[in-house]
Amino acid sequence: MSIFRSMVTYILLVIGAVIVMFPIGYAFIISFLSGAQLLQGVLWPDEWSLRNYVTAFEKVPLLRYLWNSFIVSFIVMIGQLLVSSLAAYAFVFLRFWGRDVLFFMTIATMLIPWEATVIPNFLTIQKLGWTNSYLGLTVPFFALAFGIFLLRQHFKTIPFELYEAAQVSGVRHFRFFWYVVLPLSKTSLATLGVYSFLTTWNMYLWPLLVTNDEKVRTVQIGLKQMQTQEMATEWGVVMAAVVIVIMPTLLLLFIGQKQLQKGLMQGAIK
Amino acid sequence: MFRSVKQNFEGMLYIFPSFLLFAIFVFYPMVRTGYLSVHMTDFQGNPTNFIGLEHFRYLLEDVNFQQSVKATLLFVLYTVPPTIIIALSLALLANEKVKGIQLFRTLFSSTLGMSVAASSVIWMFMYNPAIGVINRIIAALGGEERQWLLNPDTALIAAAVATVWMNIGFAFLILLGGLQNIDSSLYENAKIAGVSYMYQLRRITIPLLSPTLFFVTTVSLIHAFQTFGQIDILTKGGPMNATTVIVYSIYREAFINYNFGFASAQAVVLFFIVLLVTIVQFAVVERKVHYQ
Repeated sequence: MSIFRSMVTYILLVIGAVIVMFPIGYAFIISFLSGAQLLQGVLWPDEWSLRNYVTAFEKVPLLRYLWNSFIVSFIVMIGQLLVSSLAAYAFVFLRFWGRDVLFFMTIATMLIPWEATVIPNFLTIQKLGWTNSYLGLTVPFFALAFGIFLLRQHFKTIPFELYEAAQVSGVRHFRFFWYVVLPLSKTSLATLGVYSFLTTWNMYLWPLLVTNDEKVRTVQIGLKQMQTQEMATEWGVVMAAVVIVIMPTLLLLFIGQKQLQKGLMQGAIK
Repeated sequence: MFRSVKQNFEGMLYIFPSFLLFAIFVFYPMVRTGYLSVHMTDFQGNPTNFIGLEHFRYLLEDVNFQQSVKATLLFVLYTVPPTIIIALSLALLANEKVKGIQLFRTLFSSTLGMSVAASSVIWMFMYNPAIGVINRIIAALGGEERQWLLNPDTALIAAAVATVWMNIGFAFLILLGGLQNIDSSLYENAKIAGVSYMYQLRRITIPLLSPTLFFVTTVSLIHAFQTFGQIDILTKGGPMNATTVIVYSIYREAFINYNFGFASAQAVVLFFIVLLVTIVQFAVVERKVHYQ
């Protein structure tokens, strides 16, 4: 590559990075400024004091919300992995009546926007008495067509001879599933896990509907609550909360980026 | 025979959790939404009396609903094409083999880790008329400062710009993956033939990337029709309903006005719009996709 071309590439890369990262960096800087400094138009903090962060934890039960978000994301992740991998296993390795119809129905659920069904779902959760509970926040998301599809694509790459050999030697399905199929699919399971955790952590509409007290409210709704209460005066505190909320998912993304990309591509293309 | 019964039973057992959940949280609510949409409902969401297609007839005449369909379509137009174009440009850049490229790949995909709520709060502050960075920059350049989110002419565009930013990470990551899947020997041949970058882009990269572009476009379109969080935080559907996209309208009708039947009718419309978009994507657009 010519020097000129790599120079141009670098310049464009840096411009792109500055634009993409600007809002995140901006939030970070604001989180170290006081209300008075913001009004004066100070652009750079003169001291990196954690005052706003401390206030953020005092003003709203942020720790509680973070914990709730973590629990909810973790439960959904485990639930989706388990439920999807069981179904994907059946679709790939088992012969049973109506298998193709059921697979078609699974794919068809991807056509239904979750928002279009949110009203009866909310009423169902209310009737079950699951509002303001982890159950209401997690169970509706356990079955995920995308997850079943992604894992099915991967399970299909497992040599069928392995399955036949297991059958011949009388290995039970569940043992084969648990000790052979799942370990061979670590990468796809990791992809789906990261995906589940990220999407659940970032969920907004559903937790807004089914939580109305602090007990199980997630951190995203906590942010909305904060922003509505604090708006005019303490933007630095709000931004401190934002930084706290984005930290876990950004870290997870940076660690799992390659994995996520590879895995999602498999689901997308094949 | 016994074996096959046993196989059937086992298959059902593995499928059962998924389909029980699909039945309760996808199929039933879909049917129920349709059912509620042809009924009047009480405050608990119970149907009271059958009114046929009355809600839909009313929707056709309702100025507010027309406005929300218009806002939704404009929002899709303002978000999907810019997201794809920007993400594609970044992916092309990040696919160059230069030192330290991994860092840029990570940075470009970072908005994937940003929640809608957190992103919206940041953008809300950036748009703040008095102390936000956008008006500060404009003022420094000698331009006219605006109340971005309070002016019906700019609110939807402002929300769209924020949304494009939020969606870049996902589109970038998928497109970069698509670019990396293209056989590099094709580029070497092009290099030997001495073709220009633009020619190579038009004749090799875009056609070979078209399955990925198709996937990203379809997902982005469907996603855009389901927009809610940024509207709820940035504008609450205002000013003057300029940003009341369809999901926000459903939310307001059902969970603020407790008008579940009427909201369900809007949800049915949303379902058909998304279905139509998906069908058009697969029936018309996919034909132009170049599969290897």
